This record gives sequence, C-alpha cells and structure tokens, in this order.
Amino acid sequence: MRRNLLTLTILILILFLSVLSKNLDPYIYQILVFFGINSILAVSLNLINGFTGQFSIGHAGFMAAGGYFSAALSVYQGEKLLNILSFLPKDLAQGAIFLVFLILGGLFSAILGLIIGIPTLRLKGDYLAIATLGFGEIIRVAILNLDVVGGPRGFPGIPKLTDITWVTFWAFIAVVVIYRIINSSHGRAIISIREDETASESMGINTTYYKVLAFSIGAFFAGIAGGLFAHYLMMLHPSSFTFMRSVEILLMIVLGGLGSITGSIFGAFILTVLPEALRGFAHLRLIIYSLTLIIMMLVRPSGLIGNREISFYRIFKFLRRKGIN
Amino acid sequence: MVDILQQIINGISLGSIYALIALGYTMVYGILRLINFAHGDIFMVGAFIGYFALGSWNLPFALGLVIAMIGASVVGMIIERFAYRPLRTAPRISLLITAIGVSFLLENLMVLIVGASPRSFPQSIPVDIYNIGGLILTNRQIIILLISILLMILLQFIVMRTKIGKAMRAVSQDKEMALMLGINIDSVIAFTFALGSALAAAGGVLVGLYFNKIEPYMGVMPGLKAFVAAVLGGIGIIPGAMLGGFILGIAEILVSAFISSTVRDAVAFIILIIILLVRPSGLLGKYMREKV
Amino acid sequence: MKRLAKLFLISVVSIFLLVLPLQAAGTIKIGAIFPITGPLATFGTSCANGAKMAIEEVNLRGGVLGSKIELLVEDDQYKPEEAANAAKKLIERDKVVALIAEVTSSVTLVVAPIAQQSKIVLLTPTATNPKVTQVGDYIFRACFIDDFQGEVMANFVYKNLKLKTAAILTAVTSDYSKGLAQFFKQKYTALGGKIVAEESYSEGDSDFRAQLTKIKAAKPEFVYVPGYYADVGPILLQARELGITVPFGGGDGWDSPVLLQTAGKAAEGCFFSNHYSPDSKELVVQTFVKNYQKKYGTTPDALAALAYDAAKLLVDAINRAGSTDSSKIRDALAATKGFRGVTGVITFDANRNPIKSAVIIEIKGGKQVYRATVKP
Repeated sequence: MRRNLLTLTILILILFLSVLSKNLDPYIYQILVFFGINSILAVSLNLINGFTGQFSIGHAGFMAAGGYFSAALSVYQGEKLLNILSFLPKDLAQGAIFLVFLILGGLFSAILGLIIGIPTLRLKGDYLAIATLGFGEIIRVAILNLDVVGGPRGFPGIPKLTDITWVTFWAFIAVVVIYRIINSSHGRAIISIREDETASESMGINTTYYKVLAFSIGAFFAGIAGGLFAHYLMMLHPSSFTFMRSVEILLMIVLGGLGSITGSIFGAFILTVLPEALRGFAHLRLIIYSLTLIIMMLVRPSGLIGNREISFYRIFKFLRRKGIN
Repeated sequence: MVDILQQIINGISLGSIYALIALGYTMVYGILRLINFAHGDIFMVGAFIGYFALGSWNLPFALGLVIAMIGASVVGMIIERFAYRPLRTAPRISLLITAIGVSFLLENLMVLIVGASPRSFPQSIPVDIYNIGGLILTNRQIIILLISILLMILLQFIVMRTKIGKAMRAVSQDKEMALMLGINIDSVIAFTFALGSALAAAGGVLVGLYFNKIEPYMGVMPGLKAFVAAVLGGIGIIPGAMLGGFILGIAEILVSAFISSTVRDAVAFIILIIILLVRPSGLLGKYMREKV
Repeated sequence: MKRLAKLFLISVVSIFLLVLPLQAAGTIKIGAIFPITGPLATFGTSCANGAKMAIEEVNLRGGVLGSKIELLVEDDQYKPEEAANAAKKLIERDKVVALIAEVTSSVTLVVAPIAQQSKIVLLTPTATNPKVTQVGDYIFRACFIDDFQGEVMANFVYKNLKLKTAAILTAVTSDYSKGLAQFFKQKYTALGGKIVAEESYSEGDSDFRAQLTKIKAAKPEFVYVPGYYADVGPILLQARELGITVPFGGGDGWDSPVLLQTAGKAAEGCFFSNHYSPDSKELVVQTFVKNYQKKYGTTPDALAALAYDAAKLLVDAINRAGSTDSSKIRDALAATKGFRGVTGVITFDANRNPIKSAVIIEIKGGKQVYRATVKP
C-alpha cells in the first residue's frame, strides 16, 4: 500500500518538474490547471460518494462557497494585508496571504458542510441526494442575492494568483490527506459505513460522526478547488456552479471508479481533456456525457478502474507477467 | 385582503400543476424506490408530443392530450426496459446515476431535435376570464385543477380497487414475495411506468397550454419540486402527492409575494429538508422502522 | 487490466493528436465564442447564425484582402471557464486575427482580459456592461451600453406617452436586465416620474402571477420589463389575465418573433427600444431580414442583427487595415466612422463604444411598428 503513495508522489513531482522546466503553450497550461482543480474536486467527492458510500450531488455548491469566500477576502482584504506585510518580499507576502485565504475559503466550506451534514446525513441514499442537490441550489440562490459578490452580474476583479504550482501543490495535499484517511482506522470505519451502515453501527462505530467528518473534509477540498478556480479565472459567476457542474464531478468519479483515488484523477483527466478534443462536436457533448453515465452504470458500474489504485508496482507486475508469458 | 386571496388562488393553480406531476412521481417511487429524475423530462416530452399533435396536425385538444399520454408512456416503458430494468438488483446509487443520465439524455436529445428556443403552445382552448368581486380566475386554472383532482381519484381507484393495483401494491411491499405469488413483476413495473409517464404527459400538455411556453429544459425545476411535493405528502401515497403539491404551490407564491421572488426556488428545498428531519414519512405517511 | 492499460494509452495519445492544430493555409481566421448549448442556447445560436451569415456573404464576394475568411465558432455553454478555454484555443492554436465574443457581459469579462493580453481585437456584439470595454484598448462592442436604452425608454414613457407612474419587473438573474432597470429608474425619477412597485423574477420561471398581482395592486400607468422575450411572453399573458391593462415596455431583449407568437394579443400596445426596425426602409436592413429568413426560416432577433454587424465591422476594419496585423486591425476598427450596419450607422467613440441611435417600436396589430428614433 505504501507503494501507491510513493507512486503518486513521484507522478505528481514529475508533472510538477516538467511544468516548471518548460515554457508551456498557454492553452495546454490552462488545461493542466483545470485538470488539477478537477482532480481536487473529484478526489474530495470520492471520499464522500466512493468511500463513505453517501450520495452527494451538491459538490458544486461547496466549490462555490469556498471560491466566493476566498475571492471576497482577496478583493476586500487583500490590499490591506499586503500593506501590513510590506516588510516581507512582495511575492512571499502575496503567497502567504493567498495560502491563508484559500484555507479560510476551504474552512468556510467545511463549516457549511458541517451545518448541512449534521441534519441531512441522517437521511439515506436518494433522500440525501435530493437534499444535497437542494443545498447546492440554495447556495447558488444565496449567491445570486448577495450584492457584495456581484450577484447575477458575476464577481470580477479577483487577483490572478493561481498558477500551476499552486494547483499541483493542493492536488498533492488533497490526495495525500484523503489517502492517509482511507488507510487509517478512521478510513476502515468510513468504508464499513459504505459496506453496511447498520452492521457498522452495531459494531459500535459512530456512523454519524464519520459521515459528517467525511462530508466536511470533502467540502473543505471542494472549497479549496473553488478558491484556486476563482484566482485563476479572475472572475466568478453563478453559472459555473449549477447542478450541471455537480453532475460533471460525479461523472469523473463514476468514470474513474467510485472508491479509487487514482481512478478519480483519471476520470478528472478524461473529463478535462476530452471536451477540448471534442470541441468540434460541442452540440453532442452533453449527449455523450449522459450516454456515458447510463452505459457505465449498465456495463461497468464500478468505473474504468474500479476501486483499485493504479501504481507503478501494479504496472511492473503486469509487465513482468506479460514478459514471462 | 383581495390581494391575499388572489395570491392564494395563484398558489392553488401553481400547486395543481405540481400535484399533477407529483402523482406520477409518487407512484414510480412507491414501487421501485427510485427517484426517477427523468420524470420531469417525460413531462417535457409529453408537452412536445402534444405541441406537434395540436399544432402540426390540428387535432382537437382532447385527442392531442391522449396522443401525448400514449406517446409518453411508450417513452417511459422504453426507458424502464433499457435503463432501469437491468439495474433492478444493483445498488441504489447506480440506479440514481442512471436516472440522472436518462434525464440529461432526454433534455439534450430534445435540444438537438427541436432546438433550445422556447416555442409557443397551440391555443386550442381559448381563455375565459372570470372576475368575482375583484378576484381573477381563468377557465384554464379551473380545468387544470379539475383534471388533477380527477386523475388523483382515478389513480387512487386503480391502485386500491383493481387487480393490477393490488399487484402494484404487492410489488411495492415485497418484490420476491410478489414474484412467488405468481405476479409478473416486469409487467407490473412496466405498467406503473406507463401510467406515471402518461400522467406526466397530461401535466406537460396542460402546462404548455397554461403558460403558453414550452422548451426542452421546462421539466427540470417542476420535476424536482414535484418530488418535494411527493415527499411532503408522504411518498407513495396518492392523496399525499396532491396535498403536497398544493402546499408547495401556495408556499412558493406567498414567499415570492411577501418576501422575495428570488428565494422562491429555495423554498421547495427548505421545505424538503425540514420535512425529512421532522416527519420523514410525510404528512399523510405512517412511520416505518428500517429493517435490517 | 491489460485492455485497460491499452485503452488508456490510446486515448491519451489520440487526445493529444486531436488537440494539435490543424492548419488550413490561405484563409484569414476569425474566432467566435457563444453559448450555443446550455441555458442561453437561444441567444448563442442567434448570434452564431448572424455572424456566420455575414462571413458567408463576404466570402461570396471574394473575401477580404484576396483571401477567404474562416469563422471558427466555439461553444462555451454559458460557463466562464469554458469561454476561457475557447479563447485560449482560438488565440494560441488557431491563431485567429480577431474575436467576436460572448453574449453576456459576465462571460465577456472573462474573455476580454485574455484577448487584451494577447493583443487580439475582441468585438462583443451584445455585452452591455460599461466595464467590458474598460478592460483595454483592444476591446470593442457593437451594442448600446445599459444606460442608453434605459434612459431612452424613460424619456419616451415620460415625455411622449406622458405616463407619470411606472412599475419595474426585473430578471434578477440577468445583468442586462438589472442594468436597464437601474438606468430606467434613475432617469424616470429624475424626470419627475414615480416608481410605484419594483418586483423581480428569475430567468426561466414560468409563473409570474405573484409578482404581477402585487404590481396590479400598486396601479402603475406603465410597466417596464427589461427581460428577454422567452420570459416576457408569459409575463404579458399572465398580466392581461390578471387584468393589468396598461402598456408594458422593454429593451432589445423583446425583439423576437417568438414574443409575438407567445403573447399574441397581450402584447398589443406595448413598446420596446431596439437597434433597428425590421420594417425599416433601409436597404441593409431589408436584405438582411430577407436573407436571414431564407437561410434560417425565422425572422432575425436583435442578437442576430448585432452579431451580423459585428462580423461585418471586423471585416471592414481588416479591409481598411490592409493587413491582418492585430494592432493595425485595432486602429482601423477604432477609426470606424459612419459604418452602415443593420443596427444603425456606427461610429466608435474614444471608449470603443458605438455611437448610434435607438428606435422605439410599438407592437400593433400583431406586428412591430416603427414609432420613433432617438439620437444619442
């Protein structure tokens, strides 16, 4: 199991270095940024849906909450803090402030997740789905009514602080944190809820606690992803956070495999790159998405990768076996 | 005072639309325990079939309504056969994801076929406006209210008094037992879908006529709200769907009249969450303990 | 596992191959970004149709500077991030010489900085927010800004129709609607008129009775609904059913045959401000409306006309610049003077906004009838 973590670290470092060393085409660069943000979203939703076995379809709401919160901090407090920290080199001060704002955005999202999670996580399967969908919509309606963040006009003027290093860093953190949780005793408790909630409760596991915990951590990283997204686009608009966005994130983990971290990243990759490749068929894109959802469920409900993880170890083993044959 | 009464009338006519859609929702859920996300989209498909039947072929309204209902029940049965039936034993999450997929598929296929622009619905029944002491009522509001009550009674009759209704109730209580008793589960479920879809189509045609606007995304919000209405009244309970629809309609209208119309879409979900926490079995439902 | 690994490799490789640029030599490329799918698909499609028709007409006459023009239309689904991707792709991969982009101000505000940074001319057909052209000197627009239309209507209602009280019904989800409502209110109250009720709705709603009942109780002489035709149709119908008989009015969002179909008699005697009138005697308008009907089977709306003009304005600028160098195109476009478009005679001011007059249209006998022209 340790090998998986090592593999991931190496993979991410490679990506990181390759990006730093080269002068990338801005178009590819941007796609990579969105890939990283989508990976964070997918991995964090997978903690809720794939590992804990709860069914949330309101992830876009948490992304919006965190994104808007950290963006508002940057817009209204950024300058002030920068002046206070003027004794530091500007880049360092800026970076430190951004880090703090991102984390605050994530925490805001996590607190919302807590508030939403405690009552709704008592609900089962489809009721929970509708409740999370409802909360996603409520968050969006709230944003539409908040004039401080522009309401329906969108929220422009956010400083551009996100770059690929930040995104890679956070994707790395998200993967490691969630990987560590899953492979701890907490993780086993979480997975037992997925397998059989009643049984795990009778084994003395505080299922509500673990469900809410998973939900809040998922919300935290969704909020971080939102913050990165906001500070990359320099503009937020409620239309980025509709139900459609939640479904896209869901599609990533369904495609990659519910309960697989590498699977989520793989799913995020496909759903970031494929639409770009299919630009010529834009009008068919949503039909392709919906057919993919249906066919995946009918043919391979566990996703392309299932709940396994891709690792160098597995690839080596696979190659060796092939060599022997 | 007149204003408040007028708002309540507005609420009842909106509520009867939710009730109409909720009836089909509650039936399908009662049997399959599946939130059929696509229900709202079948409502939309029904409206479009009605649009073409009334607009292109110039049929009388009643005939157009029947054609829309038949067409939608065929669509409903096809969806059940190919998307839901193979998953009947799969985890609920798979089924739910499939339902979301079907819903998106119907919407986007419709965009591809007819385009995204809204269309005006053929006005087969002219509007008559009645003014009763300053209160305004139209014949269409009365028609929708009457049809939804009529359909509710009819449904209640089918489910409670007929053989197929008995089979439906048996399947909803215990599928395996029903199977052992010689009930053909597949055809009972197919029948439920056909009936539910026909109801949705009736709703679609009436809503098309009432608002005079149809478009491929018209089913999304009403579909979700009808689900809330069904949960509010007690899911699987036919009069409950009706009651839930009216309550939701009136609540929405009163909120947009006296608080703000922008929070209107949030009302349904707030009601949903409150009801799930306080009385998860709904207003008319009996509490059932979960079995292991 | 084996099949899976193969599948993965193949998909990665093929995707990167697909993303590689496909070079077509000898054409001048213009990029366009519109919401062709998603909630604003109607508007995006209208714009794309208008722009495509303009470019086809130019190509039929031999193109510009001796080469044909290729219009690359990208879809953004009304999502800022998709629009950003589309813009990067068009600029970096396809090497377009100019962009015609976005229907809404909010999404244009995402695309505009990208165009400005790459020094590519961006001409928005329909983004009305004043902030858009303030992004930089490469950003232009072909439509009025919010304040002009709102003020035109306020003047018309107060001075010509002599109506002293008005209600406003705004689409809160639309920045366009909010902008028009704000400037209408400012001007109307400054003139001495009184706003007796302010209500709002969300785009895509179908039941407006709650708000209309409240408006009715306030007894206005005029109701201003600066929304889009898809919502305005049902609003007018329901208002008439509830017994509101006063005239309604709006902006160019009303301009569509769909409005007349949905609202029918309910739209009689209403007014809206627009860029042009389809029954105008001007030759450009006549041919535009005729050709559009022939090609797409519907009467064009204001968005189609604006996108058509935007494309023609760009071609005209490229022609006068005598080169596809983006700074020369920019200078030529900025120097546009007295360009005869469908939506009026266009001259750009120093802030790259067009100076053109508005017309007031009355709906009469189921038709749009020209009522007055208002100069800026």
